[in-house]
Amino acid sequence: MIGADSIVKCLEEEGVDVVFGYPGVAICPFYNSILNSDIKTVLIRTEQNAAHAASGLARVTGKTGVCAVTSGPGATNVITGIATAFADSIPLIVITGQVNSSLLGSDVFQEADITGAVESFVKYSYLVRDADDIPRIFKEAFHLAGTGRKGPVLIDIPIDIQNAPTARFKYPETISMRTYKPTVKGHAVQIQKAVKALNHAKRPIICAGGGVHLAGACDILRKFSEKYSIPTVHTMMGKGALPSAYKLNYGMVGNNGKPYANRAMNESDLLIMVGARVADRAISQPDIIFDNKTLVHIDVDPAEIGKNAKATIPIVGDADSILNEMYDGEILCDTSEWIETLEEYRKTMYPKRNPNPKYVDPCEFIRRLTEKMEDDSIYVADVGQNQIWSCSNAVVKNGQFLTSGGMGTMGYSIPAAMGAKYACPDKQVVAVCGDGSFQMSLMELATMRQHNIQGKIIVMNNGYLGMVREYQHYTYKDHYSVVDISGSPDLSKIAEAYGFKYLCLENMDNCNEVIDDFLDSSDSVLLELNIDPMDLVK
Amino acid sequence: MKQKVFQLLVDNTSGVLSRISGLFSRRGYNIESITAGVTADPRYTRITIVTSGDDEILDQIEKQVFKLVDVRDIKVLEPEHSVYRELALIKVKVSADRRQEIIAIADTDNFRAKIIDVCKEALIVELTGNQDKIDTFISLLDGYEILELARTGIAGLGRGIDNVTYLP
Repeated sequence: MIGADSIVKCLEEEGVDVVFGYPGVAICPFYNSILNSDIKTVLIRTEQNAAHAASGLARVTGKTGVCAVTSGPGATNVITGIATAFADSIPLIVITGQVNSSLLGSDVFQEADITGAVESFVKYSYLVRDADDIPRIFKEAFHLAGTGRKGPVLIDIPIDIQNAPTARFKYPETISMRTYKPTVKGHAVQIQKAVKALNHAKRPIICAGGGVHLAGACDILRKFSEKYSIPTVHTMMGKGALPSAYKLNYGMVGNNGKPYANRAMNESDLLIMVGARVADRAISQPDIIFDNKTLVHIDVDPAEIGKNAKATIPIVGDADSILNEMYDGEILCDTSEWIETLEEYRKTMYPKRNPNPKYVDPCEFIRRLTEKMEDDSIYVADVGQNQIWSCSNAVVKNGQFLTSGGMGTMGYSIPAAMGAKYACPDKQVVAVCGDGSFQMSLMELATMRQHNIQGKIIVMNNGYLGMVREYQHYTYKDHYSVVDISGSPDLSKIAEAYGFKYLCLENMDNCNEVIDDFLDSSDSVLLELNIDPMDLVK
Repeated sequence: MKQKVFQLLVDNTSGVLSRISGLFSRRGYNIESITAGVTADPRYTRITIVTSGDDEILDQIEKQVFKLVDVRDIKVLEPEHSVYRELALIKVKVSADRRQEIIAIADTDNFRAKIIDVCKEALIVELTGNQDKIDTFISLLDGYEILELARTGIAGLGRGIDNVTYLP
């Protein structure tokens, strides 16, 4: 047995079904050994997308996604994918091949100091020096990636270590990490304080972040909100934690959120932030917003509490565990008047749009599309205007809404949807991107073709990098610079070249039929939407 | 801006010092000094960091550092309950006829510095103490030319045994 066999055995022990990746000499021993295993491999077309695909898989299964790439450029290409996962706390194991350990530091062919390069985007990284350490390192790495505040862990393995003979394989049953013990159970006194504060609250509200998904706390959040009639809002990463149609869900907050959601949060007297880090796009002026209210901040990462906003009642721990305890807390608060007010806001503060009838109205399109999508479908939004339209209009029932929230990485939707579809072949998975983000990841259409992963891709084509154009429209008074993306290929030919069915929607006239056609297609399908180049998200 | 001294106990892994210093640089925290050395238990390294910032920053530093996987323990070394020491080596240009002046300053009870190297044109003074003491000594050398100065940054421990972290 050699180190590479040992790596594969570790992945088997962790229940890994698939590895997304791209080979090169430095990772070849691993890709040779994996042939002896039932673990599948998916050859992505550029390394960044290996991490995005693993991220999509992780987000729909709750398991840790795995990708494996070679040294040097393979490793550096994957960095953006790692940073994207890190920003959204998605558990990943990234395996990188490395040059022979005796040559490390001598700048040989395809050598890159990847553990050094990713230091600020990983939860932890390992450079394996001894093949006998592989089982311990993998056990620790999976534990680190998937517990506490989740995140990517990188394991860099020199080729000679992959080829080195190793002792009989024994996967450790327990973890003995002296320095890593994340808090799960919330402090009882703090939880009591929060319950007490709720008893005195007249206008309480819950703001759900991405941590609610990561903790698997969506159900208890709903039950908690229902039991005590506490209204909810959510951040971009928290979208889908509660169904869009849930009566106490007042939508997304933030500079791209719903006006009534922001007003609800601002006017509340007690705010329960759960699994949200109070980031700048969600809450731009935390000092002002939190000045007049009690802030209960629930997060598994103590460093997030107090980073952007001073919490009145901080509770460190797992959202699921804490909400369960609060659920049992016997809270007496009457919110009926508060809910009446919020309903009034919801009715009167609806943003009005004047869509150009010559084009597809992206907002109305997304509402109709998502209404028609299956109950447990997965919607993957890219980055740009399409992301904002998606966040504001997609109706999530009991499925999921995925997007790159923290890093805002263009090109995320196609590989992430591919990973999600691979993991859940029976679910409807739709990727929605713009013409800019599509061209950052269109090479993955071949991956879907090759591995029989059905793709449902929607491209909002407006001939512009719309989000930046919109920014230049407001900030530089239409003084556009480097945002014209004309010269893009004919998407019908792209679809044909990759063996995708092609659909096109010019305006809203036959919208419903095209959506039905798109969703019902059993083949991979690409739907191009003709979007007004001058359309705005605001 | 307040100054604070943190004492860290970290796993003695390769790259641990760069992980910690990297955290400070990328989040824009100050490092006034940092010292590291293996403890009596070779699995651990003790690091003393002198840093400064307002209360929120200092609170974040403590939390972010503790979040690093290799960090076993972080404590604040409060001046009144701790001892700090720094070592300084000072190479002073001095001719043979004025050498005694420096030796006299070094010999005072305030400093108890040692002369550890003498050559025709210069000597090296070794001085241990808290940062104030070293700063004072250096200021007393005003009028002499300091050719080279090496300071270690402070190492510190809490007083008494109440605050000891017992390692498994």
